Amino acid sequence: MTLCGALFYLLGGITVLATVLAVTRRNLVHAVVYLTISFFATAALFYLLGAPFLAALEVIIYAGAIMVLFLFIVMMLQLEGVRKAPAALLRQWLPGVLLGAVTLAVTVAVLLSVPGGRPGLATAMAAPRQFGRVLFEQYWLPVEIASFLLLVALVGALYLGRGEGPRP
Amino acid sequence: MIVPYSHVLILAGLLFVLGAVCAAARRNLIMILIGVEIMLNAAGLALVGASLRWHELSGQAFVIFIMAVAAAEVSVGLALIVHCQRRTASVDANSYDLMKG
Repeated sequence: MTLCGALFYLLGGITVLATVLAVTRRNLVHAVVYLTISFFATAALFYLLGAPFLAALEVIIYAGAIMVLFLFIVMMLQLEGVRKAPAALLRQWLPGVLLGAVTLAVTVAVLLSVPGGRPGLATAMAAPRQFGRVLFEQYWLPVEIASFLLLVALVGALYLGRGEGPRP
Repeated sequence: MIVPYSHVLILAGLLFVLGAVCAAARRNLIMILIGVEIMLNAAGLALVGASLRWHELSGQAFVIFIMAVAAAEVSVGLALIVHCQRRTASVDANSYDLMKG
């Protein structure tokens, strides 16, 4: 196993472990912090898989903006999340975990049986300049649509979050 | 030479299933939203791996759009949660049963 392969498995293990911890936490603040660790490890995986620009964006957008937004809302709503143990734990978790395990088993079986995934990936690096050229030459219309989507999301969030007080 | 592409896909599938279980099994609205975030992130990981596998930058371009959609989704979703919490003083998904017969 090469160094890059060992790094991949290490980072993948960190990602999965942090995500499992985040999913099972009862305290929302702890869950968000574990998820931040998971996103940092994913950013390192992106870098390993040859996408340095996306690794930077992952840290800035996911681990930065989105997780801070989650933390802000959790603290604003003052949900400590440490309520009493739920009575319907088994009824709630059993179907989800069962379906997830079956889906995962089928996925892994299919992926391991496909011969196309057998050869190892060669290391490569997409320079940000090259990536930006592809993005704005081939995908300029989706970029505009994404910016419009963000504008709509901004207006929607402002509308939903407005206070009940008197209109100015 | 890093790893076979199928291992990248298996890692992405594992993360996706974790997010799906989180969205299905948790009753807190914020945890459901976090589950959706994990699923979108896993899809991005699979796309980056595919981009390296076929030396095609389109996969990485799609990850940009996934991030834009995730940011839009989380801002509107959290605004909706704040709105609902103001109305009902609860973020438990089981408490929204107004239309239950």
